[in-house]
Amino acid sequence: MSVKKHYSFLVNGENHTVESYPANRLLDVLREDLRLTGCKEGCGEGECGSCSVFLDDVMVNSCLVPIAQVQGRQVRTVEALSSDPLGKILQEKFLEHNGAQCGICTPGMLVAAITLLRRNSQPTLGEIQDGLAGNLCRCTGYKKIFDAVADAAQVAREQGVLEGGKA
Amino acid sequence: MKPFSLTQPKDADAAIQAHAKLPDAQFIGGGTNLLDLMKYGVMEPKSLVDLQDLSFHEIGPGSDGGLRLGAGVTNAETAEHPKVKKDYPLLSQAILSGASPQLRNMATNGGNLLQRTRCYYFYDCATACNKRRPGSGCAALKGFNRIHAILGASEHCIATHPSDMCVALVALDAVVKVRGPEGEREIAVEEFHRLPGENPEKDTVLKESELILSIELPSSNFSKHSHYLKVRDRESYAFALVSVAAALQLSGGRIVDSRVALGGVAHKPWRARAAEDFLKNKECDRDLFLEAGKLVVKDARGYGHNDFKLELAPRAVAEALLQAWKGQES
Repeated sequence: MSVKKHYSFLVNGENHTVESYPANRLLDVLREDLRLTGCKEGCGEGECGSCSVFLDDVMVNSCLVPIAQVQGRQVRTVEALSSDPLGKILQEKFLEHNGAQCGICTPGMLVAAITLLRRNSQPTLGEIQDGLAGNLCRCTGYKKIFDAVADAAQVAREQGVLEGGKA
Repeated sequence: MKPFSLTQPKDADAAIQAHAKLPDAQFIGGGTNLLDLMKYGVMEPKSLVDLQDLSFHEIGPGSDGGLRLGAGVTNAETAEHPKVKKDYPLLSQAILSGASPQLRNMATNGGNLLQRTRCYYFYDCATACNKRRPGSGCAALKGFNRIHAILGASEHCIATHPSDMCVALVALDAVVKVRGPEGEREIAVEEFHRLPGENPEKDTVLKESELILSIELPSSNFSKHSHYLKVRDRESYAFALVSVAAALQLSGGRIVDSRVALGGVAHKPWRARAAEDFLKNKECDRDLFLEAGKLVVKDARGYGHNDFKLELAPRAVAEALLQAWKGQES
C-alpha cells in the first residue's frame, strides 16, 4: 500500500508542504491540514460544486483531485477572493441579494461566478445558468444567486473591474 | 472506498508497463468517472496509474489536414480550441452539452471515451448487473429502464453509452490511436465501443494495458452544416435520453454527403448509416428528414419505460437535420 509522501504547492500565493497519502483528496488537505475551510464537501463525487477551487487558474472539484496531482501547482481557494476586486464585488452582491442561506454552496458559487465573469462580463440569464450549472443549491431556488451575479457583473463593468464586452 | 496505490509514471511506455505489472490496475486521467465508481464500490482497482505527467496534453495538426486531440487534453480545452470550434463545431457543441464546467475542466478526452454507463443498476451494487458482475443477470430488463437502449441490446444488457463527445466523434469518422505492450494501433471510434452481446462487462475493444494516446480527426466537409441535439429530462447537467449528431454537406439544397449518429439509444454511439445512404443526393426537406429518422428505428425495440424513445429518436434525427440544414451562415 502507499506510504505518506511530502507534497509542495502554492495555496493563495503561499508555499505549503504537506505530508500525505498520494490519494488523499485536495479538499481534505485544504480543509484539515491547511485549515482552509471555505471549500465545502457537499456530495464528494463531483456533482455539486461546493468544493470548487482553482487549480492553475482552472476551476475544478477538489473532491476529485488526489493530492499527488497537485505537486508543484497553484491552488486558489475562496479565501483569496476577498482580496480580489471581482471577488469582493461578488461577495457584496451575494450579501445584498440574499444569495446565500445555509451557505454550503456559496464558496463554490463564488468560484464559478468568477470563472464565468472573467470569460463573459455581460452574461445573459441563460449564460449565468450555464456557468453555474455545476453548482447545486438546495435552499435559494437559485434566483437570488443569478440576480447577485448579474448585478455584480454590471457593477464590475461600471467600476472597470471587468471590460465592457464579451471575451 | 477501498485502499489503493497510486503511481505516477513519466511517459506512456512506463505507464503501460506499470499497468501490466501492478495488480488489478486502472489508468486515471481526470478521475471524474472512475473515482465515483470506486466510491460506489462498482469498480475496486488495487492500483491506479496516474497519466498526468504524460506528454499527451496537446491539440495539434494530424495527418492529411486533420486534427490530433491528445488523450490527456481536457474536454473544456477541446471544446474551446479555436480549430475545433471552426472546423468541428459539432464536436464542440456536443462536449459543451455534457456535464458541468468543473467536470469538463477535469475530464480528459481519453477518459470520455472510457466513460461507463449510467445505468442505475450498474451503479447499485445491491442489484443484478452483468456488466458489473458477469452472470448475475440484468435488473434493467424488467426494471425501471427509462434511460436504456432501444438498439443493439442483448438479453444480458440494455445499458447505453453516456457520452456526448463520442457521438460527435463517430459522426466525424474519428480514429483512436492506442499503444499497448504489443505496440501501437488505430481503431475507428465507431469500432471502439462494443455492443453488449454475451459480454457486457467489456465496454470497448481495448486490450489489456492498452493506453489511449490521441483521437485523430480527419479533415471535415461538415463544418458549415452540423448540429448536436440533446434531449434530456432537464435542460442542463443531465445525460441524454436521445441525442443526435447530424451533419450535411450541401450543394445548393442537395445533400452530397451526410452524417447521422445517435447517443442514448445503444451500448455504443450509434452511427445510422442507412439514414445517411437514404439522404444521399436528395433535396433537403422536413419530410425527408423524418423518413430518414424512421429508418434509424427500423430494428429498434423498447423495454417498457423506454418505449417513448422509439418515437423520440426519429423526431430527434429530423430536428437535428433541420437545424444542421439551417446551419451557420456561410
